[in-house]
Amino acid sequence: MLRFSVLLLAGCLLASQSQANDTLQHRKSAAIMPDADNAGLKLPTGFSALKVAENVGRARHLVVNSQGDVYVKLSGKVGDKGILVMRDLNNDGRTEEITGFGNYGGTGIAIHNGYLYASSDEEVFRYKLNAKGAVETPYQPEKIITGLINRRQHESKSITLDKNGNIYVNIGAYSNSCQVKDRQPGSLGMNPCPILDSAGGIWQFKSDVLNQTYGNGVRFATGLRNVVGLDWNNQTNSLYVTQHGRDQLNSLFPQFYDTTTNANLPAETMYEMKQGDNAGWPYVYYDPFQNKKMLAPEYGGDGKTEGSAAYKNPAMAFPAHMAPNALLFYTGSMFPEKYKNGAFIAFHGSWNRAPLPQEGYYVAFVPFENGKPTGKWEIFANGFAGVDVITSTRAAQHRPCGLAQGPDGSLYVSDDNKGTIYRILFNGN
Amino acid sequence: MRSIKQYACLGGFCLGMFFLLCSTTGMAQSASLKSSIEKGKTVYVQRCMVCHQQDGGGVPHLNPPLDGASAVKGKDKSKLISILLKGMSDRVEIDGEYYSNNMASHADLSDQQIADVLNYIRNNWSNKVPTPVTPAEVKSVRAKTK
Ligand code: HEC
Repeated sequence: MLRFSVLLLAGCLLASQSQANDTLQHRKSAAIMPDADNAGLKLPTGFSALKVAENVGRARHLVVNSQGDVYVKLSGKVGDKGILVMRDLNNDGRTEEITGFGNYGGTGIAIHNGYLYASSDEEVFRYKLNAKGAVETPYQPEKIITGLINRRQHESKSITLDKNGNIYVNIGAYSNSCQVKDRQPGSLGMNPCPILDSAGGIWQFKSDVLNQTYGNGVRFATGLRNVVGLDWNNQTNSLYVTQHGRDQLNSLFPQFYDTTTNANLPAETMYEMKQGDNAGWPYVYYDPFQNKKMLAPEYGGDGKTEGSAAYKNPAMAFPAHMAPNALLFYTGSMFPEKYKNGAFIAFHGSWNRAPLPQEGYYVAFVPFENGKPTGKWEIFANGFAGVDVITSTRAAQHRPCGLAQGPDGSLYVSDDNKGTIYRILFNGN
Repeated sequence: MRSIKQYACLGGFCLGMFFLLCSTTGMAQSASLKSSIEKGKTVYVQRCMVCHQQDGGGVPHLNPPLDGASAVKGKDKSKLISILLKGMSDRVEIDGEYYSNNMASHADLSDQQIADVLNYIRNNWSNKVPTPVTPAEVKSVRAKTK
Protein backbone atom coordinates (compact mmCIF):
# COMPACT_ATOMS: atom_id res chain seq x y z
CA MET A 1 0.00 0.00 0.00
CA LEU A 2 2.93 2.31 0.40
CA ARG A 3 4.45 2.53 -3.01
CA PHE A 4 5.33 5.86 -4.49
CA SER A 5 2.78 6.36 -7.21
CA VAL A 6 1.62 9.33 -9.12
CA LEU A 7 -1.71 7.78 -9.91
CA LEU A 8 -3.60 10.03 -12.22
CA LEU A 9 -6.67 7.91 -11.77
CA ALA A 10 -6.44 8.08 -8.02
CA GLY A 11 -5.97 11.82 -8.23
CA CYS A 12 -9.17 12.22 -10.23
CA LEU A 13 -11.01 9.96 -7.87
CA LEU A 14 -9.88 12.05 -4.95
CA ALA A 15 -10.74 15.33 -6.60
CA SER A 16 -14.28 14.24 -7.34
CA GLN A 17 -15.05 12.85 -3.93
CA SER A 18 -13.46 15.29 -1.59
CA GLN A 19 -15.83 18.14 -0.96
CA ALA A 20 -15.38 17.29 2.67
CA ASN A 21 -16.45 19.62 5.40
CA ASP A 22 -16.11 19.24 9.12
CA THR A 23 -19.18 17.10 9.66
CA LEU A 24 -18.28 14.81 6.81
CA GLN A 25 -14.81 14.45 8.29
CA HIS A 26 -16.44 13.53 11.58
CA ARG A 27 -18.63 10.90 10.00
CA LYS A 28 -15.61 9.53 8.19
CA SER A 29 -13.52 9.19 11.31
CA ALA A 30 -16.40 7.47 13.10
CA ALA A 31 -16.03 4.72 10.51
CA ILE A 32 -12.27 4.34 10.96
CA MET A 33 -11.27 1.12 12.66
CA PRO A 34 -8.22 1.37 14.91
CA ASP A 35 -5.54 -1.32 14.71
CA ALA A 36 -6.35 -4.33 16.91
CA ASP A 37 -3.25 -3.60 19.02
CA ASN A 38 -3.69 0.21 18.89
CA ALA A 39 -0.56 0.37 16.73
CA GLY A 40 1.43 -0.96 19.68
CA LEU A 41 0.69 2.14 21.79
CA LYS A 42 -0.45 2.51 25.38
CA LEU A 43 -3.11 5.21 25.60
CA PRO A 44 -5.56 6.62 28.15
CA THR A 45 -8.99 4.94 28.34
CA GLY A 46 -11.24 5.73 25.41
CA PHE A 47 -8.39 6.41 22.98
CA SER A 48 -7.29 4.14 20.17
CA ALA A 49 -4.67 4.27 17.44
CA LEU A 50 -3.73 3.03 14.02
CA LYS A 51 -0.73 3.11 11.77
CA VAL A 52 -1.53 5.37 8.84
CA ALA A 53 1.62 4.28 7.01
CA GLU A 54 4.96 2.59 7.67
CA ASN A 55 8.52 2.88 6.34
CA VAL A 56 7.93 6.25 4.67
CA GLY A 57 11.44 7.56 5.49
CA ARG A 58 12.81 9.78 8.24
CA ALA A 59 9.55 11.55 9.00
CA ARG A 60 10.25 14.74 10.97
CA HIS A 61 7.36 17.22 11.31
CA LEU A 62 4.00 16.77 9.60
CA VAL A 63 0.78 18.65 8.94
CA VAL A 64 -2.70 17.65 7.79
CA ASN A 65 -4.73 19.76 5.33
CA SER A 66 -8.47 20.45 5.33
CA GLN A 67 -9.10 17.29 3.29
CA GLY A 68 -7.18 15.01 5.61
CA ASP A 69 -4.15 14.72 3.30
CA VAL A 70 -0.97 14.35 5.35
CA TYR A 71 2.16 16.32 4.38
CA VAL A 72 5.33 14.91 5.90
CA LYS A 73 8.75 16.62 5.94
CA LEU A 74 11.59 14.12 5.60
CA SER A 75 15.08 14.79 6.92
CA GLY A 76 16.65 12.57 4.30
CA LYS A 77 15.04 12.54 0.89
CA VAL A 78 13.38 9.43 -0.50
CA GLY A 79 14.50 9.51 -4.11
CA ASP A 80 14.26 13.23 -4.93
CA LYS A 81 11.36 13.84 -2.57
CA GLY A 82 11.74 15.67 0.74
CA ILE A 83 8.01 16.26 1.28
CA LEU A 84 5.52 13.41 1.10
CA VAL A 85 1.80 13.77 0.35
CA MET A 86 -0.13 10.88 1.83
CA ARG A 87 -3.73 10.31 0.78
CA ASP A 88 -6.49 8.14 2.13
CA LEU A 89 -8.46 7.05 -0.96
CA ASN A 90 -11.06 4.80 0.64
CA ASN A 91 -11.76 6.54 3.94
CA ASP A 92 -10.26 3.80 6.07
CA GLY A 93 -8.08 6.39 7.83
CA ARG A 94 -4.91 4.92 6.32
CA THR A 95 -2.74 5.91 3.39
CA GLU A 96 -3.27 4.33 0.00
CA GLU A 97 -1.32 6.76 -2.14
CA ILE A 98 1.98 8.52 -1.52
CA THR A 99 3.35 11.16 -3.85
CA GLY A 100 5.95 13.77 -3.13
CA PHE A 101 7.98 16.80 -4.14
CA GLY A 102 10.51 19.21 -2.58
CA ASN A 103 14.07 18.27 -3.45
CA TYR A 104 15.54 18.98 0.02
CA GLY A 105 15.70 17.36 3.44
CA GLY A 106 14.60 19.24 6.53
CA THR A 107 12.29 19.28 9.54
CA GLY A 108 9.77 22.14 9.56
CA ILE A 109 6.35 22.09 7.87
CA ALA A 110 3.19 24.12 8.49
CA ILE A 111 -0.03 25.20 6.78
CA HIS A 112 -1.16 28.80 7.21
CA ASN A 113 -3.54 31.11 5.32
CA GLY A 114 -3.62 29.10 2.12
CA TYR A 115 0.07 28.21 1.97
CA LEU A 116 2.19 25.21 2.83
CA TYR A 117 5.50 26.26 4.45
CA ALA A 118 8.48 23.89 4.65
CA SER A 119 12.11 24.25 5.70
CA SER A 120 15.45 22.78 4.75
CA ASP A 121 18.30 23.18 7.25
CA GLU A 122 19.13 26.62 5.74
CA GLU A 123 16.00 27.94 4.00
CA VAL A 124 12.22 28.23 4.21
CA PHE A 125 9.92 27.82 1.20
CA ARG A 126 6.21 28.19 0.66
CA TYR A 127 3.73 26.70 -1.79
CA LYS A 128 0.27 28.05 -2.65
CA LEU A 129 -2.58 25.70 -1.80
CA ASN A 130 -5.65 25.46 -4.04
CA ALA A 131 -9.26 25.34 -2.88
CA LYS A 132 -8.86 21.66 -2.15
CA GLY A 133 -5.88 22.26 0.08
CA ALA A 134 -3.45 20.77 -2.45
CA VAL A 135 -0.14 22.13 -3.69
CA GLU A 136 -0.60 22.90 -7.38
CA THR A 137 2.90 23.96 -8.37
CA PRO A 138 5.18 21.76 -6.29
CA TYR A 139 8.24 22.62 -8.38
CA GLN A 140 7.90 26.41 -8.16
CA PRO A 141 8.04 27.21 -4.46
CA GLU A 142 8.60 30.75 -3.23
CA LYS A 143 11.82 30.99 -1.25
CA ILE A 144 10.96 33.27 1.67
CA ILE A 145 14.03 32.82 3.91
CA THR A 146 17.60 31.90 2.97
CA GLY A 147 21.15 31.76 4.34
CA LEU A 148 20.42 30.47 7.86
CA ILE A 149 23.34 28.92 9.72
CA ASN A 150 23.72 25.14 9.41
CA ARG A 151 26.80 23.71 11.08
CA ARG A 152 25.29 20.24 11.25
CA GLN A 153 24.79 20.28 15.01
CA HIS A 154 21.22 21.29 16.02
CA GLU A 155 20.67 22.03 12.36
CA SER A 156 16.92 21.60 11.98
CA LYS A 157 14.86 24.72 11.34
CA SER A 158 11.45 24.33 12.94
CA ILE A 159 8.72 26.80 12.03
CA THR A 160 5.40 28.21 13.21
CA LEU A 161 3.28 31.22 12.19
CA ASP A 162 1.24 33.83 14.05
CA LYS A 163 -1.97 35.67 13.08
CA ASN A 164 -0.15 38.84 12.05
CA GLY A 165 1.79 37.69 9.02
CA ASN A 166 4.95 36.54 10.81
CA ILE A 167 6.83 33.26 10.67
CA TYR A 168 9.07 32.09 13.55
CA VAL A 169 12.14 29.97 12.82
CA ASN A 170 14.33 28.18 15.33
CA ILE A 171 18.05 28.52 14.65
CA GLY A 172 19.76 26.03 16.97
CA ALA A 173 23.16 26.69 18.53
CA TYR A 174 25.93 24.71 16.79
CA SER A 175 27.42 23.89 20.18
CA ASN A 176 26.58 22.16 23.43
CA SER A 177 27.45 24.93 25.88
CA CYS A 178 29.43 27.53 23.91
CA GLN A 179 32.77 26.13 25.10
CA VAL A 180 35.96 27.40 23.44
CA LYS A 181 36.32 23.76 22.29
CA ASP A 182 32.87 22.20 21.87
CA ARG A 183 32.38 19.17 24.14
CA GLN A 184 36.00 19.09 25.27
CA PRO A 185 36.31 18.11 28.95
CA GLY A 186 37.07 21.19 31.06
CA SER A 187 36.97 23.72 28.21
CA LEU A 188 35.45 27.00 29.43
CA GLY A 189 32.64 29.02 27.89
CA MET A 190 33.19 31.94 25.53
CA ASN A 191 31.99 35.14 27.20
CA PRO A 192 29.93 36.66 25.75
CA CYS A 193 28.87 33.68 23.67
CA PRO A 194 29.35 34.77 20.02
CA ILE A 195 27.01 32.07 18.72
CA LEU A 196 23.98 34.00 20.02
CA ASP A 197 24.35 36.64 17.27
CA SER A 198 23.22 34.22 14.59
CA ALA A 199 21.86 31.14 16.38
CA GLY A 200 20.65 29.87 19.75
CA GLY A 201 17.28 31.58 19.43
CA ILE A 202 14.06 32.16 17.52
CA TRP A 203 14.06 34.55 14.56
CA GLN A 204 10.95 36.29 13.25
CA PHE A 205 10.44 36.98 9.53
CA LYS A 206 7.53 38.07 7.33
CA SER A 207 5.56 35.11 6.04
CA ASP A 208 5.03 36.61 2.57
CA VAL A 209 8.30 38.36 1.63
CA LEU A 210 10.81 36.62 -0.64
CA ASN A 211 14.53 35.99 0.01
CA GLN A 212 14.75 37.32 3.55
CA THR A 213 17.85 36.58 5.59
CA TYR A 214 19.34 37.65 8.94
CA GLY A 215 19.28 41.37 8.05
CA ASN A 216 15.55 41.27 7.30
CA GLY A 217 14.56 39.27 10.34
CA VAL A 218 14.34 40.02 14.04
CA ARG A 219 16.02 37.97 16.75
CA PHE A 220 12.71 37.47 18.54
CA ALA A 221 13.97 35.44 21.53
CA THR A 222 17.43 34.26 22.56
CA GLY A 223 19.27 32.04 25.02
CA LEU A 224 17.64 28.91 23.60
CA ARG A 225 20.13 26.12 22.89
CA ASN A 226 18.02 24.14 20.46
CA VAL A 227 14.28 24.30 19.96
CA VAL A 228 12.80 21.60 17.75
CA GLY A 229 9.20 21.93 18.99
CA LEU A 230 7.44 25.26 18.77
CA ASP A 231 3.83 26.36 18.26
CA TRP A 232 1.84 29.55 18.23
CA ASN A 233 -0.77 29.44 21.00
CA ASN A 234 -3.87 31.10 19.56
CA GLN A 235 -5.55 31.36 22.93
CA THR A 236 -2.74 33.36 24.56
CA ASN A 237 -1.66 34.78 21.18
CA SER A 238 1.95 33.97 22.04
CA LEU A 239 4.84 31.72 21.08
CA TYR A 240 5.64 28.57 23.03
CA VAL A 241 8.82 26.58 22.53
CA THR A 242 10.38 23.42 23.93
CA GLN A 243 14.14 23.46 24.44
CA HIS A 244 16.64 20.62 24.34
CA GLY A 245 18.78 21.21 27.43
CA ARG A 246 22.55 20.88 27.45
CA ASP A 247 24.41 17.54 27.46
CA GLN A 248 27.35 15.95 29.28
CA LEU A 249 27.59 17.73 32.65
CA ASN A 250 29.55 14.84 34.14
CA SER A 251 31.82 13.94 31.23
CA LEU A 252 32.86 17.61 30.80
CA PHE A 253 33.05 18.54 34.50
CA PRO A 254 33.50 15.31 36.49
CA GLN A 255 34.67 17.30 39.53
CA PHE A 256 31.12 18.68 40.00
CA TYR A 257 28.75 16.06 38.58
CA ASP A 258 28.44 12.26 38.62
CA THR A 259 26.54 9.95 36.27
CA THR A 260 23.32 10.24 38.28
CA THR A 261 23.30 14.04 38.41
CA ASN A 262 24.09 14.10 34.69
CA ALA A 263 21.21 11.72 33.97
CA ASN A 264 18.81 14.03 35.83
CA LEU A 265 20.11 17.48 34.90
CA PRO A 266 19.23 19.81 33.41
CA ALA A 267 15.46 19.80 32.85
CA GLU A 268 14.02 19.85 29.37
CA THR A 269 11.92 23.00 29.35
CA MET A 270 8.86 24.61 27.80
CA TYR A 271 8.81 28.42 27.64
CA GLU A 272 6.34 31.07 26.61
CA MET A 273 8.66 33.46 24.74
CA LYS A 274 7.68 37.09 24.25
CA GLN A 275 9.72 39.40 22.04
CA GLY A 276 13.10 40.13 23.67
CA ASP A 277 12.98 37.24 26.14
CA ASN A 278 16.18 35.41 27.04
CA ALA A 279 16.16 31.84 28.41
CA GLY A 280 19.81 32.01 29.50
CA TRP A 281 21.68 29.43 27.42
CA PRO A 282 24.66 28.91 27.66
CA TYR A 283 25.14 30.80 30.95
CA VAL A 284 22.54 28.94 33.01
CA TYR A 285 20.65 25.65 33.01
CA TYR A 286 17.41 24.80 34.79
CA ASP A 287 17.52 22.47 37.80
CA PRO A 288 13.99 21.04 38.27
CA PHE A 289 14.71 19.72 41.77
CA GLN A 290 15.68 23.09 43.20
CA ASN A 291 13.48 25.01 40.72
CA LYS A 292 16.44 27.26 40.04
CA LYS A 293 18.53 28.53 37.18
CA MET A 294 22.03 27.29 37.93
CA LEU A 295 25.28 28.80 36.70
CA ALA A 296 26.74 26.56 33.97
CA PRO A 297 30.13 24.99 34.87
CA GLU A 298 31.63 26.53 31.71
CA TYR A 299 30.90 29.95 33.28
CA GLY A 300 32.13 29.27 36.80
CA GLY A 301 29.30 27.11 38.12
CA ASP A 302 29.86 24.09 40.35
CA GLY A 303 26.41 22.53 40.54
CA LYS A 304 25.55 24.65 43.61
CA THR A 305 25.85 28.24 42.47
CA GLU A 306 22.75 29.94 41.12
CA GLY A 307 22.90 31.94 37.91
CA SER A 308 21.27 35.26 37.12
CA ALA A 309 17.60 35.47 38.06
CA ALA A 310 16.99 37.78 35.10
CA TYR A 311 16.59 34.89 32.65
CA LYS A 312 13.17 33.55 31.76
CA ASN A 313 11.61 30.83 33.91
CA PRO A 314 10.13 27.82 32.14
CA ALA A 315 6.37 27.38 31.95
CA MET A 316 6.95 23.67 32.56
CA ALA A 317 9.98 21.47 33.27
CA PHE A 318 10.43 17.84 32.22
CA PRO A 319 13.02 15.15 33.01
CA ALA A 320 16.46 15.68 31.50
CA HIS A 321 17.61 14.77 27.98
CA MET A 322 14.25 13.45 26.67
CA ALA A 323 14.44 15.68 23.57
CA PRO A 324 11.09 17.42 23.04
CA ASN A 325 10.88 17.42 19.24
CA ALA A 326 7.35 18.70 18.67
CA LEU A 327 4.83 20.92 20.44
CA LEU A 328 1.16 21.17 19.49
CA PHE A 329 -1.67 23.08 21.13
CA TYR A 330 -4.79 20.98 20.70
CA THR A 331 -7.77 22.92 19.38
CA GLY A 332 -9.86 20.04 18.04
CA SER A 333 -13.18 18.80 19.34
CA MET A 334 -12.68 15.02 19.04
CA PHE A 335 -10.78 14.63 22.35
CA PRO A 336 -12.46 15.22 25.76
CA GLU A 337 -12.71 18.78 27.09
CA LYS A 338 -9.61 18.37 29.28
CA TYR A 339 -7.40 18.36 26.19
CA LYS A 340 -8.75 21.54 24.62
CA ASN A 341 -6.04 24.21 24.37
CA GLY A 342 -3.57 21.98 26.21
CA ALA A 343 -0.13 21.09 24.85
CA PHE A 344 0.99 17.79 23.40
CA ILE A 345 4.76 17.25 23.30
CA ALA A 346 6.54 14.52 21.32
CA PHE A 347 9.66 13.36 23.16
CA HIS A 348 12.19 11.86 20.75
CA GLY A 349 13.90 10.01 23.63
CA SER A 350 17.22 10.46 25.40
CA TRP A 351 20.79 9.27 24.78
CA ASN A 352 22.60 11.36 27.37
CA ARG A 353 21.59 9.36 30.45
CA ALA A 354 23.98 6.42 29.96
CA PRO A 355 24.71 4.23 31.88
CA LEU A 356 21.24 4.78 33.37
CA PRO A 357 18.32 3.61 31.20
CA GLN A 358 17.24 6.10 28.53
CA GLU A 359 13.92 7.95 28.93
CA GLY A 360 11.29 9.62 26.80
CA TYR A 361 10.20 8.05 23.51
CA TYR A 362 6.59 9.07 24.23
CA VAL A 363 4.00 11.79 23.69
CA ALA A 364 3.22 13.83 26.81
CA PHE A 365 0.31 16.14 27.58
CA VAL A 366 0.39 19.41 29.55
CA PRO A 367 -3.10 20.55 30.63
CA PHE A 368 -3.74 24.31 30.23
CA GLU A 369 -6.45 26.47 31.72
CA ASN A 370 -6.93 30.14 30.86
CA GLY A 371 -3.67 30.12 28.96
CA LYS A 372 -1.56 28.74 31.82
CA PRO A 373 -0.30 25.20 32.42
CA THR A 374 -2.16 23.62 35.29
CA GLY A 375 -0.61 21.15 37.66
CA LYS A 376 1.41 18.30 36.29
CA TRP A 377 2.25 17.01 32.84
CA GLU A 378 1.42 13.39 32.05
CA ILE A 379 2.39 10.67 29.61
CA PHE A 380 -0.29 10.50 26.91
CA ALA A 381 0.93 7.92 24.40
CA ASN A 382 3.70 5.45 25.19
CA GLY A 383 5.13 2.27 23.72
CA PHE A 384 6.76 3.71 20.59
CA ALA A 385 10.12 2.19 21.51
CA GLY A 386 8.67 -1.33 21.54
CA VAL A 387 10.85 -2.31 24.52
CA ASP A 388 10.38 -1.56 28.23
CA VAL A 389 13.94 -0.67 29.18
CA ILE A 390 16.11 1.22 26.72
CA THR A 391 19.78 0.93 27.64
CA SER A 392 21.02 2.17 24.28
CA THR A 393 19.24 4.51 21.89
CA ARG A 394 19.45 2.08 18.99
CA ALA A 395 17.22 -0.34 20.90
CA ALA A 396 14.21 1.96 20.43
CA GLN A 397 12.22 0.92 17.37
CA HIS A 398 10.23 4.11 16.90
CA ARG A 399 11.01 7.65 18.04
CA PRO A 400 8.22 10.27 18.17
CA CYS A 401 9.27 13.40 16.28
CA GLY A 402 6.31 15.32 14.86
CA LEU A 403 2.70 16.10 15.84
CA ALA A 404 -0.28 17.26 13.80
CA GLN A 405 -3.99 17.69 14.30
CA GLY A 406 -6.35 16.30 11.65
CA PRO A 407 -9.48 18.20 10.54
CA ASP A 408 -11.55 15.70 12.55
CA GLY A 409 -9.48 16.40 15.69
CA SER A 410 -7.45 13.19 15.62
CA LEU A 411 -3.76 13.47 16.56
CA TYR A 412 -1.03 12.36 14.16
CA VAL A 413 2.44 11.38 15.38
CA SER A 414 5.45 10.81 13.12
CA ASP A 415 8.44 8.55 13.87
CA ASP A 416 11.76 9.46 12.24
CA ASN A 417 13.47 6.18 13.01
CA LYS A 418 11.41 3.66 11.06
CA GLY A 419 9.08 6.12 9.34
CA THR A 420 5.77 5.13 10.90
CA ILE A 421 2.88 7.62 10.88
CA TYR A 422 0.46 7.06 13.76
CA ARG A 423 -3.05 8.43 14.19
CA ILE A 424 -4.69 8.61 17.60
CA LEU A 425 -8.49 8.74 17.90
CA PHE A 426 -10.93 9.17 20.74
CA ASN A 427 -13.99 7.01 20.57
CA GLY A 428 -14.80 6.40 24.22
CA ASN A 429 -17.25 8.40 26.25
CA MET B 1 77.91 -43.12 20.68
CA ARG B 2 74.58 -41.70 21.25
CA SER B 3 71.57 -43.53 19.99
CA ILE B 4 69.07 -42.12 17.59
CA LYS B 5 66.68 -42.27 20.47
CA GLN B 6 68.80 -39.84 22.47
CA TYR B 7 68.98 -37.39 19.57
CA ALA B 8 65.25 -37.64 19.11
CA CYS B 9 64.84 -37.01 22.77
CA LEU B 10 67.07 -33.93 22.69
CA GLY B 11 65.28 -32.66 19.58
CA GLY B 12 61.97 -33.23 21.23
CA PHE B 13 63.14 -31.37 24.30
CA CYS B 14 64.32 -28.38 22.22
CA LEU B 15 61.09 -28.34 20.28
CA GLY B 16 59.14 -28.50 23.50
CA MET B 17 61.10 -25.60 24.98
CA PHE B 18 60.51 -23.64 21.80
CA PHE B 19 56.76 -24.13 21.99
CA LEU B 20 56.74 -23.33 25.67
CA LEU B 21 58.62 -20.11 25.01
CA CYS B 22 56.26 -19.18 22.20
CA SER B 23 53.19 -19.85 24.22
CA THR B 24 54.42 -17.93 27.25
CA THR B 25 55.19 -14.85 25.16
CA GLY B 26 51.78 -15.37 23.52
CA MET B 27 50.23 -15.62 26.95
CA ALA B 28 52.16 -12.63 28.21
CA GLN B 29 50.90 -10.61 25.25
CA SER B 30 47.29 -11.61 25.60
CA ALA B 31 47.48 -11.03 29.34
CA SER B 32 48.74 -7.50 28.75
CA LEU B 33 46.07 -6.93 26.08
CA LYS B 34 43.52 -8.25 28.54
CA SER B 35 44.59 -5.83 31.25
CA SER B 36 44.74 -2.98 28.73
CA ILE B 37 41.16 -3.76 27.68
CA GLU B 38 40.09 -3.79 31.30
CA LYS B 39 41.68 -0.40 31.99
CA GLY B 40 40.26 0.87 28.72
CA LYS B 41 36.77 0.20 29.97
CA THR B 42 37.18 2.78 32.73
CA VAL B 43 38.26 5.38 30.20
CA TYR B 44 35.36 4.43 27.93
CA VAL B 45 32.78 4.80 30.70
CA GLN B 46 34.11 8.23 31.71
CA ARG B 47 34.78 9.67 28.29
CA CYS B 48 33.03 7.88 25.45
CA MET B 49 29.94 6.05 26.67
CA VAL B 50 27.75 9.16 26.83
CA CYS B 51 27.90 9.46 23.04
CA HIS B 52 28.76 6.01 21.73
CA GLN B 53 26.51 4.29 24.33
CA GLN B 54 27.01 1.32 26.60
CA ASP B 55 26.61 -1.23 23.83
CA GLY B 56 28.78 0.73 21.38
CA GLY B 57 25.64 1.27 19.31
CA GLY B 58 25.95 5.06 19.05
CA VAL B 59 22.93 7.30 18.48
CA PRO B 60 21.26 7.25 15.05
CA HIS B 61 22.40 10.19 12.88
CA LEU B 62 24.20 11.82 15.83
CA ASN B 63 27.06 9.63 17.07
CA PRO B 64 28.35 6.68 15.03
CA PRO B 65 28.33 3.13 16.37
CA LEU B 66 31.74 1.70 17.32
CA ASP B 67 30.35 -1.84 17.52
CA GLY B 68 30.94 -3.34 14.07
CA ALA B 69 32.46 -0.13 12.65
CA SER B 70 34.92 -0.93 9.87
CA ALA B 71 37.39 1.78 10.95
CA VAL B 72 37.42 0.49 14.53
CA LYS B 73 38.02 -3.09 13.41
CA GLY B 74 40.40 -2.05 10.65
CA LYS B 75 44.18 -2.22 10.28
CA ASP B 76 44.82 1.53 10.38
CA LYS B 77 45.61 2.05 14.04
CA SER B 78 47.19 5.48 13.40
CA LYS B 79 43.88 6.76 12.08
CA LEU B 80 42.08 5.70 15.27
CA ILE B 81 44.80 7.19 17.47
CA SER B 82 44.62 10.42 15.53
CA ILE B 83 40.79 10.59 15.89
CA LEU B 84 41.23 10.46 19.67
CA LEU B 85 44.03 13.03 19.65
CA LYS B 86 42.39 15.50 17.29
CA GLY B 87 38.70 14.78 17.74
CA MET B 88 36.40 14.44 14.75
CA SER B 89 33.89 16.71 13.10
CA ASP B 90 34.66 15.87 9.48
CA ARG B 91 31.10 14.85 8.63
CA VAL B 92 32.45 12.16 6.38
CA GLU B 93 30.40 9.14 5.47
CA ILE B 94 30.92 6.40 8.06
CA ASP B 95 29.77 2.97 6.90
CA GLY B 96 27.07 4.57 4.74
CA GLU B 97 25.74 7.14 7.23
CA TYR B 98 26.46 10.72 8.32
CA TYR B 99 26.59 11.90 11.93
CA SER B 100 25.99 15.44 13.13
CA ASN B 101 27.54 15.68 16.58
CA ASN B 102 31.06 16.97 17.34
CA MET B 103 33.64 14.71 18.94
CA ALA B 104 36.18 16.75 20.90
CA SER B 105 39.90 16.00 21.18
CA HIS B 106 40.86 13.62 23.95
CA ALA B 107 44.56 14.47 23.76
CA ASP B 108 44.69 15.09 27.51
CA LEU B 109 44.52 11.30 28.02
CA SER B 110 47.91 9.61 28.43
CA ASP B 111 49.45 7.41 25.71
CA GLN B 112 48.59 4.42 27.87
CA GLN B 113 44.95 5.51 28.34
CA ILE B 114 44.48 6.06 24.62
CA ALA B 115 45.96 2.65 23.83
CA ASP B 116 43.73 1.12 26.51
CA VAL B 117 40.46 2.66 25.33
CA LEU B 118 41.24 1.71 21.72
CA ASN B 119 41.99 -1.85 22.78
CA TYR B 120 38.69 -1.83 24.65
CA ILE B 121 36.58 -0.67 21.69
CA ARG B 122 38.44 -3.05 19.34
CA ASN B 123 37.74 -6.03 21.59
CA ASN B 124 34.28 -5.46 22.96
CA TRP B 125 30.73 -6.09 21.72
CA SER B 126 31.08 -7.88 18.38
CA ASN B 127 34.58 -6.48 17.74
CA LYS B 128 37.57 -8.86 18.06
CA VAL B 129 40.91 -7.44 16.95
CA PRO B 130 43.80 -9.31 18.58
CA THR B 131 46.50 -6.89 17.28
CA PRO B 132 46.93 -4.48 20.18
CA VAL B 133 47.41 -0.72 20.08
CA THR B 134 50.53 0.12 22.13
CA PRO B 135 51.43 3.31 24.05
CA ALA B 136 54.54 3.54 21.84
CA GLU B 137 52.32 3.77 18.76
CA VAL B 138 50.23 6.49 20.40
CA LYS B 139 53.42 8.34 21.31
CA SER B 140 54.67 8.26 17.76
CA VAL B 141 51.36 9.47 16.28
CA ARG B 142 51.20 12.19 18.95
CA ALA B 143 54.69 13.37 17.96
CA LYS B 144 53.54 13.70 14.34
CA THR B 145 50.31 15.50 15.32
CA LYS B 146 51.13 19.20 15.50
C1 HEC C 1 30.35 14.25 22.22
C2 HEC C 1 30.12 12.91 21.77
C3 HEC C 1 31.32 11.99 21.62
C4 HEC C 1 32.22 11.58 22.57
C5 HEC C 1 32.25 11.96 24.04
C6 HEC C 1 33.12 10.67 21.90
N1 HEC C 1 32.80 10.56 20.59
FE1 HEC C 1 33.71 9.42 19.20
N2 HEC C 1 32.59 10.24 17.74
C7 HEC C 1 31.55 11.12 17.94
C8 HEC C 1 31.07 11.59 16.66
C9 HEC C 1 29.92 12.56 16.45
C10 HEC C 1 31.87 10.97 15.67
C11 HEC C 1 31.75 11.18 14.15
C12 HEC C 1 32.13 12.60 13.78
C13 HEC C 1 31.94 12.94 12.34
O1 HEC C 1 31.32 12.18 11.59
O2 HEC C 1 32.41 14.01 11.94
C14 HEC C 1 32.79 10.10 16.39
C15 HEC C 1 33.72 9.25 15.78
C16 HEC C 1 34.48 8.33 16.45
C17 HEC C 1 35.32 7.32 15.83
C18 HEC C 1 35.42 7.03 14.34
C19 HEC C 1 34.34 6.03 13.98
C20 HEC C 1 34.42 5.50 12.58
O3 HEC C 1 33.82 4.44 12.36
O4 HEC C 1 35.05 6.13 11.71
C21 HEC C 1 35.93 6.62 16.84
C22 HEC C 1 36.89 5.45 16.70
C23 HEC C 1 35.49 7.22 18.08
N3 HEC C 1 34.62 8.24 17.82
C24 HEC C 1 35.89 6.77 19.33
C25 HEC C 1 35.65 7.48 20.51
C26 HEC C 1 36.27 7.18 21.78
C27 HEC C 1 37.23 6.02 22.03
C28 HEC C 1 35.81 8.10 22.66
C29 HEC C 1 36.20 8.27 24.12
C30 HEC C 1 37.60 8.54 24.38
C31 HEC C 1 34.88 8.97 21.95
N4 HEC C 1 34.82 8.56 20.66
C32 HEC C 1 34.17 10.01 22.54
C33 HEC C 1 31.06 11.53 19.16
C34 HEC C 1 31.71 11.35 20.37
